[in-house]
Amino acid sequence: MSSNLARKLAASEFVITAEVAPPKGSDTSGLLKTASFLATYVDAINVTDNQGANMRMTPLVAAGLLVREGIEPIMQLTCRDRNRLALQSDLLGAAALGIHNILALSGDDIGCGDHRQGRSVFDLDSVLLLQTINAMNRGLDMNGAPLSGATSFFAGAAAAPEVEPFAVTRPKLSKKGAAGARFFQTQAVFNPERLAFFCENVQPLDVKVIAGILVLKSARMAEFINRAIPGLKVPETVVERLKSAVDPAAEGVRIAAETAVKCRTMCAGVHIMAMGCDEVVPQVVAVLK
Amino acid sequence: MAALEGGDHVFIIGCAKCATVCKSGGEEEVFRMQEALAAAGKDVTGTIVIDETCHMLRTGRDLRSRREQVEEADFLLVLSCGAGIQSVAEATEKKVVAGTDSKFLGNIRRFGQFEQRCSLCGDCRLNDTGGVCPVTVCAKGLLNGPCGGMEDGACEVDQNSRCAWVTIYERLERQQRAERLDEITPARDFAHKRHPNSLVLEK
Repeated sequence: MSSNLARKLAASEFVITAEVAPPKGSDTSGLLKTASFLATYVDAINVTDNQGANMRMTPLVAAGLLVREGIEPIMQLTCRDRNRLALQSDLLGAAALGIHNILALSGDDIGCGDHRQGRSVFDLDSVLLLQTINAMNRGLDMNGAPLSGATSFFAGAAAAPEVEPFAVTRPKLSKKGAAGARFFQTQAVFNPERLAFFCENVQPLDVKVIAGILVLKSARMAEFINRAIPGLKVPETVVERLKSAVDPAAEGVRIAAETAVKCRTMCAGVHIMAMGCDEVVPQVVAVLK
Repeated sequence: MAALEGGDHVFIIGCAKCATVCKSGGEEEVFRMQEALAAAGKDVTGTIVIDETCHMLRTGRDLRSRREQVEEADFLLVLSCGAGIQSVAEATEKKVVAGTDSKFLGNIRRFGQFEQRCSLCGDCRLNDTGGVCPVTVCAKGLLNGPCGGMEDGACEVDQNSRCAWVTIYERLERQQRAERLDEITPARDFAHKRHPNSLVLEK
């Protein structure tokens, strides 16, 4: 296994990940600049896949460019935009480019993005995509036909520790584990007690938990997230804290750092979601070192 | 109206079955269309409400019974589902105009209230999902559980709809067979979904 992320998690070293969005355009200079900046602070960087169903450069190429720069990517791959042939061919391409980590996702609804008129695919779902990756790691395509050269992906999946009703989501988490997920990157955690419950609950699955830490800039941003981003829910108490703060941006970093420190003892790592304000990532990382 | 440009004579066809129940192509809608076309300066050569426009032989026969009115028309305007519209197209060389956008095969909640429950996918999973179809009722058609957008039991795509997987989970839980959800459901087999499809019953 050539994934540094896998090696660190296996050695029970605390991991820190962050994320970059590929450009909406052919100019990759911003992507590479952000990724190089983040790479000095984190172990691996998620490369999002048309996140929020907004059309951007394919994560296959963006993640490949990161590899070329010596940066370890976690390529996000959604089932929304590709059928089973496209998913598998992109995975083979990723393997050839030296991309080792894949985060297998279903994908946000196409209706929340910038191409609402489009047709979403969902030929497979995240569980079936994980199963497919697992087969490819054994040298087979999803139909069992042999590949000339097996892949060696370290696959992960999404999880939502604070979602209600949690029980409805629980069987799918087991299936993700059974299908080959080796780590969960969670939705934003605001309530560490819920994360503790979650970690204990999924402990039998033997999947490493990387807790999502969202860095908020302002109450307005929190309200926007609650309105517009599926699966992300900022609690009212946090919104109030940002509202009453003299410097909301600093307060946002403080909230993120506090949460990250509390999560530290419960899980295998944190995933910092800076929502484009990458300069705050070192501040959150600093409290964890 | 753009579809009726280039001709003044229109024959209107409705359907006595689904389109009547859905109030998109029954006697009443055919009459209202007739009035609207007259107001727009069109000449309606005749109207007919066929008992099941999707029935190709009957549609052909009923149109032949109105041959003169049909012949006189520049357009046949059909107020039925797409299947009915195509029966009409097959029965005549006249220009056929679709008067409806067919949305879905609907269950009837109560009069005038319809819900899409079946996608006619040819690969039924209802035995595993407590009689609730994830292919249709889940907005993403996910087979193995809810997506990350489910919130307080509501669907990511439509906050006013219940997540299909919440309904499935609760039903199976009440029937004490929620363990069915622990099994990975294999990918859909679209080889079942030949397109276009046809079926001939054996004698």
